[in-house]
Amino acid sequence: MRHTISLLVEDEYGMLPRVAGLFSARGYSIDTLCVGPTLEDGISRMTMTTHGNDQVIEQIIKQLRKLVKVIKVTDLTERAHVEREMVMVAVTAEVGGHRQEVLNIVNIFRAKVVDVSNDSFILELTGNAEKLQAFIDVLKPMGIKEMVRTGTVAMTRVAATRVHQLKGNEETFSQLTLNEKV
Amino acid sequence: MKMRGARILIEALRCEGVEHIFGYPGGAVLHVYDELNQHSDRIKHYLVRHEQGALFAAAGYAQATGKTGVALVTSGPGGTNAVTGIANAFMDSIPIVVFTGQVPTHLIGNDAFQEADLTGITRSCTKHNYLVKHVEDLAPTIKEAFHIAGTGRPGPVLVDMPKDMTAQETTFSYPETISMRSYKPTLHGHPGQIRRAVEAMIKAKRPVLYVGGGAVAAGAHQEVRLLAEKLRLPTTCTLMALGTFPSSHPLSLGMLGMHGGYWTNMAIDTSDLIISVGARFDDRVTGKLDQFAQQAKIIHIDIDPSCIGKNVKTEIPVVGDARTVLKQMLADIERQLESGARVTDRQPWFDQIDQWRKDHPFFVNDDGDVIKPQKVIHELKRLTNSQAIVSADVGQHQMWTAQLYGFERPRQWLNSGGLGAMGYGVPAAMGAAVARPNETVVAVVGDGGFQMSFQELATIVEHNIPVKILIINNGYLGMVRQWQEQFYARNYSYSDINVAPDFVKLAEAFGMRALRATKSSEVTGVLESALNTPGPVLMDIQVAREENVFPIVPAGAALKEMILS
Repeated sequence: MRHTISLLVEDEYGMLPRVAGLFSARGYSIDTLCVGPTLEDGISRMTMTTHGNDQVIEQIIKQLRKLVKVIKVTDLTERAHVEREMVMVAVTAEVGGHRQEVLNIVNIFRAKVVDVSNDSFILELTGNAEKLQAFIDVLKPMGIKEMVRTGTVAMTRVAATRVHQLKGNEETFSQLTLNEKV
Repeated sequence: MKMRGARILIEALRCEGVEHIFGYPGGAVLHVYDELNQHSDRIKHYLVRHEQGALFAAAGYAQATGKTGVALVTSGPGGTNAVTGIANAFMDSIPIVVFTGQVPTHLIGNDAFQEADLTGITRSCTKHNYLVKHVEDLAPTIKEAFHIAGTGRPGPVLVDMPKDMTAQETTFSYPETISMRSYKPTLHGHPGQIRRAVEAMIKAKRPVLYVGGGAVAAGAHQEVRLLAEKLRLPTTCTLMALGTFPSSHPLSLGMLGMHGGYWTNMAIDTSDLIISVGARFDDRVTGKLDQFAQQAKIIHIDIDPSCIGKNVKTEIPVVGDARTVLKQMLADIERQLESGARVTDRQPWFDQIDQWRKDHPFFVNDDGDVIKPQKVIHELKRLTNSQAIVSADVGQHQMWTAQLYGFERPRQWLNSGGLGAMGYGVPAAMGAAVARPNETVVAVVGDGGFQMSFQELATIVEHNIPVKILIINNGYLGMVRQWQEQFYARNYSYSDINVAPDFVKLAEAFGMRALRATKSSEVTGVLESALNTPGPVLMDIQVAREENVFPIVPAGAALKEMILS
């Protein structure tokens, strides 16, 4: 099963290879990995997605916690959380070609055009992994020249943000209620 | 007061109470060596003859005392030569701080002379490692390194010091305390889990107390004994823990696993409750996992949560320091017994175990003039009254010693259990003898492992370190040969090492006294003579060439499928 794991780590020399090396040394795999700063100086956040059976995931979490400079490890998978990825797609769109069709897809997915030339667009879309994959699949027949995708970032829902999210986004509403039932 | 990094290292080591270090100089650590001989009254440095020996000596030192061992080597090849010793300390949870030289910071990454990415190379075999990038960080880094090496589940910590870090000056001040937000080992067990564990122990009909190296590290031997005696628990020790529970104790089952006793493995196989204290259910202990102790509930006490549930399913996990948790358990036992709980009658269980023990004991037999290796260990046990500190190398002699010496106290038995690194025995004994100069220290080694480490005879002679080296010489890589005999149709492929130096002459060439036994009748005399001679002595005992270690659980087989003879 796919798991999304969030780590707070000391922002020190060699942290990334420590985490990545643990996975390769013990035969686990990292599907996606995002690293960035946090509000607090000296602490970085790593968000990773991985997969495995319950025993493997339990070991991954315990082994990550065991790393001396890892401050906190949270498996977000079993709690209410929001996940986002971003993709940039360079898609063929020649003048007189299917430019309008591409723009229709952009509207449907609430994506953005971030660069235009005579024969192509660069499109940007943010969403969860499934939404991004659907977007890419629909664009494929148009001719994808290049695609760049970030890994997943994720955040636990907190009570205060729940209300806000419920108002704005039906998709996350269903996801939230589903998670709460679990 | 301002001082250069090299001097800061010396002062920091003194603050940590370090008296002995094992090392080998080289370009990148010359500033440190420039200080070392000026402070030899405060820190005694032992010049090993190979960096691997420095790490094994530091391991033996740490394992014999519980204190953190210290090794110092240079950059590049100094560090890479030390890697086997670092990996050994990692696998066996030995507290060691390794200082390595590194090329100056401005040359790092330049493929400079004697440059190697030592923090990169050792990342997966250290508990943690550091590259010091500012001289102001040196003292706090050393403080952290010792803290991490010696607390929680102990292990090796490497501090890589670029040459300019030992040359630059700064004000020395050593932190008195340390607090790390990312590293706080759990010491106390969860009270609810402790209560459940004690209930299970009181009720069990066929319990086994299974004691591992974690109990040694935690200094929990007294608590282990109190627990075993209080609830009358048959007690087995892993290879790493031999001596933690006295072998002569009526409740002792000896060692379990691949070369464990028949009665021990049968007890595990039949048990309804296994209480693991600081052990990790490794493959040499469990045999085929899905057939391991199928009727048993498992209580697993470990300070390292990742050990729990890694190999076997655990009903009652308890995370905490073995000694602290056992103390909590002993208190809870009193409470439960006072409230009327009664320990299950286990006489049938003891009778069963005794029967197994009578059916298939370890055998030590004679074979005319030919020296039986088991007999040698038996004689060593008799002559030292099971009281010597014994280090072993890796192989058949290691297993015979583990089975037959009868260890009585913790930190008396040193060996490379997890990594199984040949070449460990001699330098580890050297480290132990430095730490415990008034005790008899014997290195029982094979002729293979001895040839991976005999350069340290020079170190031993130089400092007159009173190590007795006992070579169980069969002219084979014995354990390899045994597997080839049993599992590869006697195809002795490259395991015959009968072309070897004359070990007696070799020792004499180093200036060490040496004795030889080739006939059974000579063994006792040689042992007595060596043990009664002050200082280092080597014994070349030429034993039966094709003797096997029994019982043996074949690789991938269940414990009860052990081959007995």
